[in-house]
Amino acid sequence: MKRSVLFACPAALMPIAAFAAEPASELNAGDMAYVAVATLLVLIMTPALGFFYGGLVRRKNTLNTMMMSFICLAIFTVQWFLFGYSLSFGPDVGGVIGNLDWAFLSGVGMDANPDYSATIPHILFCMFQMAFAILTPAIVSGGIVERTRFPAYCLFILLWGTFVYDPMCHMVWGVGGFIRDMGALDFAGGTVIHVTSGFSALTAAILIGKRKDFGTGVIRPHNIPYVCLGASFLWLGWFGFNSGAGLTSSAVMAQALANTGIASCTAGLVWAILDKVIHQKVTTVGLMTGLVAGLVGITPGAGFVDSAAAFFIGLTTPCICYFFIAVVKAKFKYDDALDAFGCHGVGGVWGALMTGVFCTKAVNEAGADGLLAGNPAQMIPQITGILVGIVMAVVITAILIKVVGLFTRVRATASEEAQGLDFIEHGERSYNKL
Amino acid sequence: METRKIYKVEAIIRPEKLDELKDKLYTIGVTGITVSDVYGCGLTRGQKEIYRGQVIPINLMPKVKVEIVIYETPLQKLIDTIREVCNSGHVGDGKIFVSELVTAVKIRTGETGGDAIIDNQP
Repeated sequence: MKRSVLFACPAALMPIAAFAAEPASELNAGDMAYVAVATLLVLIMTPALGFFYGGLVRRKNTLNTMMMSFICLAIFTVQWFLFGYSLSFGPDVGGVIGNLDWAFLSGVGMDANPDYSATIPHILFCMFQMAFAILTPAIVSGGIVERTRFPAYCLFILLWGTFVYDPMCHMVWGVGGFIRDMGALDFAGGTVIHVTSGFSALTAAILIGKRKDFGTGVIRPHNIPYVCLGASFLWLGWFGFNSGAGLTSSAVMAQALANTGIASCTAGLVWAILDKVIHQKVTTVGLMTGLVAGLVGITPGAGFVDSAAAFFIGLTTPCICYFFIAVVKAKFKYDDALDAFGCHGVGGVWGALMTGVFCTKAVNEAGADGLLAGNPAQMIPQITGILVGIVMAVVITAILIKVVGLFTRVRATASEEAQGLDFIEHGERSYNKL
Repeated sequence: METRKIYKVEAIIRPEKLDELKDKLYTIGVTGITVSDVYGCGLTRGQKEIYRGQVIPINLMPKVKVEIVIYETPLQKLIDTIREVCNSGHVGDGKIFVSELVTAVKIRTGETGGDAIIDNQP
């Protein structure tokens, strides 16, 4: 996505340009305030994902599953400071990755960096992006919960964030990134976040193997109110995720907010109707899953499409996700435990395609016209972004799982799995009645 | 008075019948009950639950176990009362298990046998 252009262009900034002597480097209070709030909203999504996933597993794995999300706050804040931000957004190396000039956030200070955000401090842009870098690896855990050893998981996601997320982030959003230079539009991370995490979750789930009770024992959510709690904050946080991605307090931000609400709630309603028609009952987990599927679907197009397109994306994304989760997963019997692939991978691909179909300069001058606006060529960079995301995710995840296996055992034993990873991995239990 | 026996009656019932049963037991002179959440399966084949479009058959169903120890209350009257309240006519209504107890002790007073069970308050 052409972020640098986006920040210079929105109509909302024009009055500032008219009065300020140096518009390119003028910090804007409205933008700073909005991006700071959006950063906080995205940050709460990682704990929210912990609750969402924690409620979906069996009670003996609750803490372990929640920790898989929460530990990302600790690991990736440090990783981002040390070298992650520099690899993602630092000076370009070959269109694929940043160099280490900005390691330790060297030179990333309170002045704006007009390449990314002309009106907010560079450090604020860095923090906003950090919230995404924390959340994305946590999504991967959804494929591999209830059977992966915690030390192996920590090592795996550290490597994953470094070798999958950071390069992908650079290619799509970094100055000099080749997918960005092709003109691919990904407003808030359909390919960078959802395609990569979803396909990595599937790959890791297959390589690590099924849970021992998969397909034979009863595996069901142990605390659906936690799922609702997590979904509530994911939903709320996602408004910051999508609307903050423009990095300005602008008209595009407002449209992204509206699109986020329209798509997510439409998708929740569609899932509820699917549940009712197919299984005669509207399930709680289903409604929550539908909301999330809609959020995933609208993410890449949030700031490039209009409200009607958001409604269409909200209608279609949950149908496709439902099909993959309820039919495809059952047929091919891969144990994508919490449907990280079914929701994020599949929804992310669909959203990125729909962005190419519906995007229009009428919504965002810095974007592009898509298929329906008479520019079918926009589908090429969109599909390239998706394919690169999938290949990166699958190939590098497979390598990383093998590499981690050289240093530490990845898979819990059948006995450890039966006892539950809360006690085995953390020495704690979620629910002590006595 | 002839030596009477102390019986323990364990009734596994539908959870939704508990409140009604509890009220009814006090009217026939039962002096105390102990209730636990339990899971069980009998002839019921279980129910189906739906998670993300996948149907999961659940065999172990949540039930409530009510333990009642009686001395003065006639056993048959207790059994009839439980059946009267808890019988919905469908599979899954539960079971009643009866056993004889060797003795009972009231912790506060040290009374043993039937005296530990009966309500001897004025």
